[in-house]
Amino acid sequence: MQLNGGQALIKALEMEGVEVIFGLPGGAILPVYDPIIDSPIRHILVRHEQGAGHMAEGYAHATGKPGVAMVTSGPGATNIVTPLADAYMDSVPMICITGQVGTASIGTDAFQEADITGITQSVTKHNYLVTRAADIPRVIREAFHIATTGRPGPVLVDIPKDIVDPTHPNSAMEWYWPTDAEVIAGLPGYRPTTVGHPRKIKEAAAMILAAERPVLYVGGGILKARAAEALRELAELVEIPVVTTLMARGAFPDDHPLCLGMPGMHGNYTAIMSMQESDLLIALGSRFDDRVTGKVPDFAPLAKIIHVDIDPAELGKVRRPDVPIVGDCNLVILELIKVIKAMQAKGTTQPDITPWRSTLSGWQETYPLAYEPPAEGDLLKPQMVLEALRDSAPEDCIVASGVGQHQMWTSQYWKFRHPYTWINSGGLGTMGFSVPAAIGAKVGRPDRMVWAIDGDGCFQMTAQELVTAAAERIPVKIAILNNAYLGMVRQWQEMFYEERYSEVYLSPDLPDYVKWAEAMGCVAFRVEHPDDIQPTIDKANAIDDRPVVIEFRTDASEKVFPMVASGKSNTEVQVPEFQRLAAKTAAASEKEPRQ
Amino acid sequence: MNDRQNDLKHHTLSVTVENKAGVLARVVNLFSRRAYNIYSLAVAPTDDERFSRLTVVVDVESVPLEQIVKQLHKLINVVKIVEHDPRHSVERELLIATVKVAVSDRHQVAELTRIFEGRILAVSHDALTVSLEGHPAKIDDFEDLLRPFGIAELQRTGRVALNKLERETPRVHAVSSAKSKVS
Ligand SMILES: Cc1ncc(C[n+]2csc(CCOP(=O)(O)OP(=O)(O)O)c2C)c(N)n1
Ligand SMILES: [Mg+2]
Repeated sequence: MQLNGGQALIKALEMEGVEVIFGLPGGAILPVYDPIIDSPIRHILVRHEQGAGHMAEGYAHATGKPGVAMVTSGPGATNIVTPLADAYMDSVPMICITGQVGTASIGTDAFQEADITGITQSVTKHNYLVTRAADIPRVIREAFHIATTGRPGPVLVDIPKDIVDPTHPNSAMEWYWPTDAEVIAGLPGYRPTTVGHPRKIKEAAAMILAAERPVLYVGGGILKARAAEALRELAELVEIPVVTTLMARGAFPDDHPLCLGMPGMHGNYTAIMSMQESDLLIALGSRFDDRVTGKVPDFAPLAKIIHVDIDPAELGKVRRPDVPIVGDCNLVILELIKVIKAMQAKGTTQPDITPWRSTLSGWQETYPLAYEPPAEGDLLKPQMVLEALRDSAPEDCIVASGVGQHQMWTSQYWKFRHPYTWINSGGLGTMGFSVPAAIGAKVGRPDRMVWAIDGDGCFQMTAQELVTAAAERIPVKIAILNNAYLGMVRQWQEMFYEERYSEVYLSPDLPDYVKWAEAMGCVAFRVEHPDDIQPTIDKANAIDDRPVVIEFRTDASEKVFPMVASGKSNTEVQVPEFQRLAAKTAAASEKEPRQ
Repeated sequence: MNDRQNDLKHHTLSVTVENKAGVLARVVNLFSRRAYNIYSLAVAPTDDERFSRLTVVVDVESVPLEQIVKQLHKLINVVKIVEHDPRHSVERELLIATVKVAVSDRHQVAELTRIFEGRILAVSHDALTVSLEGHPAKIDDFEDLLRPFGIAELQRTGRVALNKLERETPRVHAVSSAKSKVS
């Protein structure tokens, strides 16, 4: 069958099962936009290419399928670099198609030319500059294969205009669709290891059964491997407590008795200290990020490490594991369960871990997540807004967040009960992520309620995508925690720069968020008084035909706690002042002799 | 100069890559983004034209090197990586140099080249172009001894390396393959 390159590109995307493309056209990509009119693939026209990238990510997070974005050359392509870097850091499967100037003009500083494969080399898993129309189906197949297997990630495909332009002879091609075997044979350097080494798995099983203070240290890789169920089976089999990192929230239910919640810089006291005191960390799809370890030499000093990851480069990158296992987390966990069960059947027993469990529950009692309720007339506490949002949402509600204090509070205060209900920018920490990511998630899961919890600073970076949501009738819900500040930066200036506030004030009412949201076709509310929180949330939750924005006026002086200051050891975790004093008093009174 | 003597930190990697546009840039980028200097680099297609072989000599401690090797493996176009232990590999490099010498001193350069078993490639009234192939350390010595005469231009290829043949089996193998060619 004779096709032109543009038709071949769209047909290849159809063959890959793509149901939606997030994009925005321009000169170089024009010929590919023409066959879209006749394709069953839905195209969502964004207002800025960064929006397209984060929507593709949100879609991928929520569905597990690769998100697809398509933009033009030059500025279109450079506008999507941030989402590519974001997807690379958080291992999000994503395909980005960029237009490019014609092959004859490449390298001549042609109009809207940018060397996008050069620019994105270090923020993509792989990228392609396609120079012949005949290569398009093969490259698209390879791109999807690479993006979705091994450690997932973004793949960029740069398409010069002449090879897709039906009026140009270079666009003529004979359609074909490579087989799986051809794809694999065409990638001789790409062979991800998925099956863990049986001897290492045996070693790991023996260590797990011998540990006295074990902790399952679970990262985003568990979600990528779709291993939440296997994880739960393993945790319950050996009754080992679980910490879920920022990227793994939802991978293990927060209401499970073995769940300790989030560790790290703003993790809860028990999750942080469990790792410090542990004698065995079972790291599953986690990467010993500096936000989790704190000062590395002081991290989990007593623990032996089992580290399972599909990316061999993660093993030993930060901390040398005692048992490294390269493999897919789901397959490795299932094997581990088998081996552990067999050992148990042969009579191997675990040491009594009740003392460990009671140490942990003691910490949980003394240092729960806590904040001081507002005094009469104070602004809203962000935590109480989050509790109300959480308690009013169905349990499978998807929550996306921006980056800053509001992100940490959302991760802390939401109760995640299902995998793939939490979408955030963990590795890159991209302000402006939440609105477009929530839109992408809602497109992928229209059956779910989707809330974006955003900061006032973040909202101003990508709010224009609410126009996209309104135009496309994508009913997402946005809660802006408006503290009139770049709050997280303000917190650091307050704590580490002697309250010298430099360039962090934003103003509570410039812009007027309600008017802005309304102008973008949303229903909008402002909440200033605690009594209005619940009724307004109820109103927002009842709207299902257009986007809704609620602006909550929150207290700028509220800080995120617990906190491990940057570069400090995890043992120096700071809890809120009132909690520290209460714990001190309690400890003192326990020492007092009883009359 | 001093750096060259300090072979302890030198690591020689032999990287087999797909012979495609842009692959070299991807490999080099992994070093440059970590601010590691590539000391020498040689690239050429292998006997199988689908692949090229890069020989990279880099100054780096072993721990970051392990991480770099793993990152190199992650590049889709990288097929195979071998680290050459200097004790168990043959390393070779080629130097060509043009030395400015008056006719009266020419024989000294010629003598030096003969001692090192190099070759004289060209002669003119006031200059001599010589070449030397050999172990990089030998090339260093030759370069040092040429310098006082006045080097006008000098170019080294960067080193290439192969693993040494094992004492026992490979020889037998070499013999048997030679035999089979005869029969
Ligand atoms: C694109 C980008 N620029 C700058 C930063 C640094 N940064 C991290 S959090 C933050 C403040 C975010 O402010 P806001 O959205 O209002 O959230 P808050 O912390 O007040 O909840 C900034 C500036 C960033 N993460 N991303
Ligand atoms: Mg703010």
